[in-house]
Amino acid sequence: MKEPLRSRYQHFLALLDRGRTPYFVSIGLIVLGFTLVYLSPRSIPAFLVFVVAASSIYWLKLNRAVQLGLAVFLAVVLVPILGARNVFYLEVIFQIAVFSALALGLNIVVGFSGLLNFGYMAFYAVGAYLWAFFGSQQPYLLHSTVTTKALNTPFFLAPDYFYLFIFLGVIVAAILGLILGLPVLRVRGDYLAVITLAFGEIVRQLANNLDKPLNFTNGPQGITPIQRPTMPEGVLKLFNQVIQPVVGHRVTDNQAYNILFYLIALLVVVAVIVITYRLDDSKVGRAWTAIREDELSAGAMGINANKLKLGAFAVGASFAGAMGVLFAASRTFVSPETFTFLQSVGVLTMVILGGIGSITGVVVGATVVTLLNIQVLQSVSLYLSQLRQSDAVIPIIGFHWKYLSNQLDPTKYQRLIFGVVLVVMMIYRPAGLLPAARRKRELGGGPEGKDLDGKEV
Amino acid sequence: MRHFMGSVNVRQIVLPLGQMAIFVTGAGVLCSAIMLILAILFRGSGADQVLRATQGVGILAYTLDSLPQVLIDGVTIGFVYAAIALGYTMVYGVLQFINFAHSEIFAIGAFCGVESLIALNGLGVMAKASAMGSFLYLGLALLIGMAASGGMAVLVERVAYRPLRSSPTLIALISAIGVSFALQDIIRLVESMTSGQFYRVIPTFGNFDERINLFRIGAKVIDIQVKSVVVILAAVVMLVALNYLVGSTKVGKAIRAVAQDKNTAALMGINVNAMISLTFLVGGALGGAAGVLYALKFTRIDPFVGFMPGIKAFAAAVLGGIGNLTGALLGGMVLGMIESFAGAYLGTYTMGAFGAEYKDMVAFLILILVIVFRPNGLLGEQVSQKA
Repeated sequence: MKEPLRSRYQHFLALLDRGRTPYFVSIGLIVLGFTLVYLSPRSIPAFLVFVVAASSIYWLKLNRAVQLGLAVFLAVVLVPILGARNVFYLEVIFQIAVFSALALGLNIVVGFSGLLNFGYMAFYAVGAYLWAFFGSQQPYLLHSTVTTKALNTPFFLAPDYFYLFIFLGVIVAAILGLILGLPVLRVRGDYLAVITLAFGEIVRQLANNLDKPLNFTNGPQGITPIQRPTMPEGVLKLFNQVIQPVVGHRVTDNQAYNILFYLIALLVVVAVIVITYRLDDSKVGRAWTAIREDELSAGAMGINANKLKLGAFAVGASFAGAMGVLFAASRTFVSPETFTFLQSVGVLTMVILGGIGSITGVVVGATVVTLLNIQVLQSVSLYLSQLRQSDAVIPIIGFHWKYLSNQLDPTKYQRLIFGVVLVVMMIYRPAGLLPAARRKRELGGGPEGKDLDGKEV
Repeated sequence: MRHFMGSVNVRQIVLPLGQMAIFVTGAGVLCSAIMLILAILFRGSGADQVLRATQGVGILAYTLDSLPQVLIDGVTIGFVYAAIALGYTMVYGVLQFINFAHSEIFAIGAFCGVESLIALNGLGVMAKASAMGSFLYLGLALLIGMAASGGMAVLVERVAYRPLRSSPTLIALISAIGVSFALQDIIRLVESMTSGQFYRVIPTFGNFDERINLFRIGAKVIDIQVKSVVVILAAVVMLVALNYLVGSTKVGKAIRAVAQDKNTAALMGINVNAMISLTFLVGGALGGAAGVLYALKFTRIDPFVGFMPGIKAFAAAVLGGIGNLTGALLGGMVLGMIESFAGAYLGTYTMGAFGAEYKDMVAFLILILVIVFRPNGLLGEQVSQKA
C-alpha cells in the first residue's frame, strides 16, 4: 500500500513541475493566499495558505528570474500591504525573520562545524544591549540608580546611528564570539556545550546585575525607551496616498515603523542567507564540515582547525549581534528576560527541527517554531478558554470543560514542546525534517560514510 | 555476628568518612585562611572605613565574627551539591555522557517529598508528632523523593538515552536537554493541575527550625540549625552508603566493570543494560534525596528549582574530576564553601558594587576556568578530550 501511494505522490510532484504548471500554481496560490488573508485577517488557515504560497516560489521549478521577481514582489509589496491591514501578521513575519537569522547563525556553529553552543543568546543580548545603551538616555544615567520613569534627559546619540550600530553589533558580537571561542581551542564535545551554557548565563546575569556600581543595563527592569531610526520624510505620506485605498484605513506612524523594521529584518535575513549559502560551499565551509566529521583527519589534511572553529563562532555570533541591534530598536525596550537559556534552546530547536546544516531546513524550522510559538499555541489557548466558558462536555468521559484548570495554557508550555521536539528528533530523525544535501548523501550510505547514529553504513 | 563483621568491609565505611572529614576541614580551613588574608589586606581600605562608620567594627573583626556561620552554611550546601554531583559523575563514569536532566530529577524528588509532607500535614498527623515522629516523617518523605527520582531517572534513560547510546555524544546531550526542559514543564503542569500553585512551601513541623548552640567565643554563641544538621547527617549517610555500594559489593563491582569496558563486561556475564539502569536508579535516588534536603533547607521550591543547583553540582563534579566519586564530594564541598563565602563577603568587600547576586556567577566562572585549564578536575580521572 505504501509504495503506490508514494509513487502517486511523486507522480503528482512531477506533474507540478512540468511545463508551465508551476507558474500557474505558484501565482495562483499567491493570489489565493493574498485574497484570503486580505479578506479575513485573523484566520490562521488563510495565513497558512499564504505561507504555502510563499514557499511554493522556492519549491517549484520556476525560472530563476521569475522566482526572484515573485519573491521580491511578495516580500516588498504584498506583505507590507497585508501587514498594514493587520499588524499582527507583520509581527509574526518579523519574528520569523529575526529567528531565521538567529537560527542560521547558530547553524554555522552547530550545523557546519559541529560545535554545540548553548549560550547563543548571549550574542543576541550583546547586540541588543549595545544599541539599547547608546540609543537611549542610559549613558547619562550611569551614576543614578535604577529608574523606570521617563526622563527629560536627551538621547545620547541621534536615532540614525542605528544603521551604523547594526554593523557595530556585527563587529562587537564577532569579537565576543572570538573570546568565547577561545576555550574551543582546548575543549571539545559536551564540555564545550557546558562552557557555552555557562557563558550565556554569565552574560544574562551581568545584564541583570550591572545596574551598579555603574548603571549600564538598568538591571532587571531593562532599558527603555530606545530610539528607532527616523522615518524618512514623506514616506508615510506617500505610503498613505498609494496604499490607503487598498488597506482600508490610514496607516499610523507605528504601523509604518513595523513595516520599516520588517523590511530591515528582511534585508538582514537575505544578507545572512546569501552569506551562509556562499560559505557553505566555499573552502571554509568544506573545512568546517571536515572538522565536524573528523577533526584529526581534517588537521592531517592541512586544515587549521583552531582558526576555523574560532571563525565559526565569530560568524555565528555576528548574525546574532546584528539581529540584537534590530530587536532593541524595534521593541524600544530590552530586558534580561529575553536572553534566557530557554531562548537559546529554542533557537537550537529550530535548527534541529529543520535540519542541522541545511539552510532551507533551518529557515523552515525557524518558521515552524515561531508560528507554533506565537500563533498556533495562542489560538489553542484562546480556544481552550472559550471552551472553559462554555457548557461543553467531553462526550465519553463526561468531563466538563469549565472544570479545566486555568493553569492549562499552552502558550506557557514552550519548554515542554521544545523538549519533546528535541528528544523525538534526536531519536527518530537526527538530521532534521529537511536534511542538508551532504547529510542526505551520508545517510543514503557512501562507501565510507558514517551516519548520524554513529553506525557504519 | 562474626560472620557479619567479616562480610562488611569496615574500611569502606571508615575511609569515606575520613575523606569527608579531610575535605570539609581542608576546604574550610583553606577558604577561611584566604578570607582572613584578604581581610588583613583590606584593612584601611574604603570597605574597612565604611564598616567602621556603619557598624563600628573593622573589616577583620567583621570577617572573623561571621566566619563560623559562613563555614557552617558552606558545609551544608556543599553536602547537598555533593549528593547531586554524584548523580552526574556516576552517569558520566558509566556512559561518558552528561545527564543534563539530572537537575530535573532532583526537582522531582524535591516535589514528591514536599508534596507527601504537605499531604501528611493535611492529615493532621504532623502537628502532634513528637520530635522522633517528625524525623520519621522526614525519613518517609526522603524515601518517597528517592523512589520517585530514581524511578524517573530509570524511565528517562530507557526512553530518551538508550536509543541514542551509540550516537555521538552531542546527539545524546541534545536529547538530555530536551528531557530536562520537558520535565520542567511536566512538573509545572502536574503541580498547576493538582494544587494550582507554582511554588510549594514545605510545611513547618518538628524542631527543624530550632538552633543548637555549638560553642561560644566570648559573648558570641555559634549555633547551627537543626535542619542543617539533618541535611549534613543524611548526606553523609548516603555518601557512605553509595561508596560502600560501588566499592565493596558485587553489584558495585559490576557497575565499575561496565564503566571500564562495556563489551568485556558483557562477555563476563554482566547485564550491561541492567547495570546502566541501576546507575541511573542510584544516582537519581541520591538526587531525589538531595532535592528533599534542599527543600528542607531553603523551604520554597518551584518547578525550575533544579536548574541552578543542577548546574552548580555539575560544576562541582567537573571541579572534582568527573567520573570520580571522591572528586564529586570534594568538588561539592569546595563549591559550597566558595559560594557561601562569596555570598557573605562579596558585597561588603566591594562596598556593594558586587553583591551576593554574583554568587551564581562564581559557580559558572569556576566551571569555565576548570574546564579550560584543568579539565581533569582536582583529583582527575576521566579525560575530557573526546568529541
